[in-house]
Amino acid sequence: MADKLISKIPDGPLAEKWTKRKSELRLVNPNNRRKLEIIVVGTGLGGASAAASLGELGYNVKVFCISDSPRRAHSIAAQGGINAAKNYQNDNDAVYRLFYDTIKGGDYRSREANVYRLAEVSAAIIDQCVAQGVPFAREYGGYLANRSFGGVQVSRTFYARGQTGQQLLLGAYAALNRQIAAGTVTSYPRHEMLDLVMINGQAKGIIARNLVTGKLERFGAHAVVIATGGYGNAYFLSTNAMNSNGSAAWQCYKKGAYFANPCFAQIHPTCIPVHGEQQCKLTLMSESLRNDGRIWGPKKLEDVMKLRKKEIKPSQIPEEDRDYYLERRYPAFGNLVPRDVASRAAKERCDAGFGVNETGLAVFLDFSDAIKRLGHQRVQERYGNLFDMYFKINNVSPWEEPMMIYPAIHYTMGGIWVDYDLQTTIPGLYAIGEANFSDHGGNRLGASALMQGLADGYFVLPVTIADYLSNKFAEPKTDTNDPAFEEAEKAVQARIDKLFSIKGKKTVDSLHKKLGNIMWEYVGMARSEEGLKKAIEEIRELKKEFYEDVCVPGEQNQFNQELEKALRLEDFFEIGELMARDALNRNESCGGHFRVESQTEEGEAKRDDANYMYVAAWEYKGENQEPELHKEPLKYEFIEVKTRNYKE
Amino acid sequence: MDFNLKIWRQKNAREKGHFETYHISGIEEDASFLEMLDILNEQLIREGNDPVAVERGCQSSGPVSFDHDCREGICGACSLYIDGRAHGPDDHVTTCQLFMRHFKDGATITVEPFRSPAFPIIKDLVVDRSAYDKILQAGGFISVRTGAAQDGNTILIPHDNAEKSMDAAACVGCGACVATCKNGSAMLFVAARVSSLALLPQGRPEAARRARNMVAKMEELGFGGCTNTRACEMECPKGISIEHIARLNREFLKAKFSE
Repeated sequence: MADKLISKIPDGPLAEKWTKRKSELRLVNPNNRRKLEIIVVGTGLGGASAAASLGELGYNVKVFCISDSPRRAHSIAAQGGINAAKNYQNDNDAVYRLFYDTIKGGDYRSREANVYRLAEVSAAIIDQCVAQGVPFAREYGGYLANRSFGGVQVSRTFYARGQTGQQLLLGAYAALNRQIAAGTVTSYPRHEMLDLVMINGQAKGIIARNLVTGKLERFGAHAVVIATGGYGNAYFLSTNAMNSNGSAAWQCYKKGAYFANPCFAQIHPTCIPVHGEQQCKLTLMSESLRNDGRIWGPKKLEDVMKLRKKEIKPSQIPEEDRDYYLERRYPAFGNLVPRDVASRAAKERCDAGFGVNETGLAVFLDFSDAIKRLGHQRVQERYGNLFDMYFKINNVSPWEEPMMIYPAIHYTMGGIWVDYDLQTTIPGLYAIGEANFSDHGGNRLGASALMQGLADGYFVLPVTIADYLSNKFAEPKTDTNDPAFEEAEKAVQARIDKLFSIKGKKTVDSLHKKLGNIMWEYVGMARSEEGLKKAIEEIRELKKEFYEDVCVPGEQNQFNQELEKALRLEDFFEIGELMARDALNRNESCGGHFRVESQTEEGEAKRDDANYMYVAAWEYKGENQEPELHKEPLKYEFIEVKTRNYKE
Repeated sequence: MDFNLKIWRQKNAREKGHFETYHISGIEEDASFLEMLDILNEQLIREGNDPVAVERGCQSSGPVSFDHDCREGICGACSLYIDGRAHGPDDHVTTCQLFMRHFKDGATITVEPFRSPAFPIIKDLVVDRSAYDKILQAGGFISVRTGAAQDGNTILIPHDNAEKSMDAAACVGCGACVATCKNGSAMLFVAARVSSLALLPQGRPEAARRARNMVAKMEELGFGGCTNTRACEMECPKGISIEHIARLNREFLKAKFSE
């Protein structure tokens, strides 16, 4: 079975691989494209840009999203920016450097060829977005402005205030709207994919629930694209939107698509700390804030106690009693170390007793120096909306006192395994954006998620999918009365019937919270063999409790948000278990994955290249069966693999 | 904190709706409005499970449906009309950014959907805003093919124009302007898109078509006309100014003259 993991990486020099692959890919002529149907599930940056570009090429596209409009996909919440190797700042940036930073930031667990391609197409993304009317920040001369992000020493991040994701998504959504108006794309909002339909081993359609009528509907196509984002909500509390979920990807896994590196989850260092038991969502404060904000905790425990009792304000602590611990530990990168490093450093301070709020789980992000250096106006332009957002939530103004921040689950680097063409192990099934695993390795650099979503959707998938479709145009349209559709729909119906039949006493959210606690405790920032084994056991018990005692009120054939949540939670139990299993297998620390058994004397992460320099791709083997691990070795031909060092 | 919640309940688009009142207690003042509704729903589900409570007449309609997603004020999904104001008593926030500290302990809070003939109710507090998508499909885009763009820095845009364009582009498409307007007009929404693009050099060749088609679509979909009451500007969670409506009018007139 291991032969399914053929990465299709072209031979030859790194810089020529994508060009070479493009020249090999077969084409579909314009007259035949309209005979071909493609389903795109998800309308974030990846899904919207892919559906728009495919529609523009003349394919017949059906696009699905769970919200009431494609514009609400969670890409919209990305704040800080998008990277591109434009070298507009004359700071010696280049495609190679963006590639190198991304591989290094990902702790050498991503594919060289994929990452190089990402860096290569990055510049065209900016051009595309500018042409669409995305109002990127400009300098006074009218040229595009840039800022810097974590893990790099150049300024290559393009931004639209703290709303870059929103503006890029509105650009892709506008392109999508243009195709909807042209009739090449049909949009199905408030539809949730609940199963993948396969005929003769190929992806041929989906079963979706119409979230308004509650009815199950069948959709056929020649190929299916999954662009449904990550599975961070397995932790219940995360920066993901409430409805973000891993179910579409998970159904593909259960139909045979391999799932890669599930344990690689990103914990973002600058989120607003948890305020209490009633919380259901964590809010991110953009990484861009680390350009000018300085992270610190008190040096003296007595100051910590006074802060917790609110006897003093943070601004009253004198400079010499502040520990700017990132600047102290990592002088070369300072406050702009990668996210995994910054998160662990915050945890280290709080574990040592220096947490600054009542729960002891917070550090400061301070702008007083920046305000002095740049003045109110410049800081307002750069971060104004983020300051407002912070104030609204916490009732404390960052203009007067430092922000309080703590790490939270933000992004999942793992996802459906794909080859260089972004095709999964199921022919005709593609995965793009956060839903796939391919570009970020063990840790994603800031401002690279937007870059990847748009690279996949605008420039990679529309080219590669043609190769698969090139001999499909003569095939008749997929018949949704095929027994495969019948069977898939029945299976979904049985799942729903089972949920309603339980009639227990526990709410879906209360059980999801429990899952979140297990995940955060054992599959969070520090993972151990003992803890991970416990996690697997506890998740299984919780799953049992769910099937014995969950309460799903209402009926199927109506708008029913509790049913939606229950279906997603079923999958989160299984996703959580696979994450723990993958983390248990990977007995090394790399990127966001930190195994306590594998660290240096200074407490830095210790990678084990001899044993773990591979992609862990898991194959589903059936209900209650252990999944099978397949390994795709990672070969670094063009760069030297080193220990990440942000100190010098 | 304790509250009495008077909430609009409506089974679906066809049936008539009504208010139901619920009591809720033990809410933290730092909880958000939607977290408070989550807690109410947990309570309603538990009560629905409890035969004694059902006999007492509790929980006739199950948990309350409401749209929400990002919970950080950017996706535009949440859309509640609270105590007579779109997104509630705080200024320049979406419902998810509204916190319980803005209410008096013990208060009775009235919660309704965004009401407009163009936004039919789907269930309870959930409305159908697909009319917004349709308006944007009528012209809210620049027709550039993927891959056809020139280098980004060949299009120079004065800093202040980019900033103004961004002010308008901040629209989250929530529908507060329509829900607030006595005429149910979508002018601020349409203006935000038209004006954001009008402030940029890109897309000028189709500017006239854009203004004409979007306004025509807005009228066709049952939104009312604008009478400059500025209510939309007051309630817009992103503080989008009616200056952009003026710019839309200019674009629209230019389009008329160019016919």
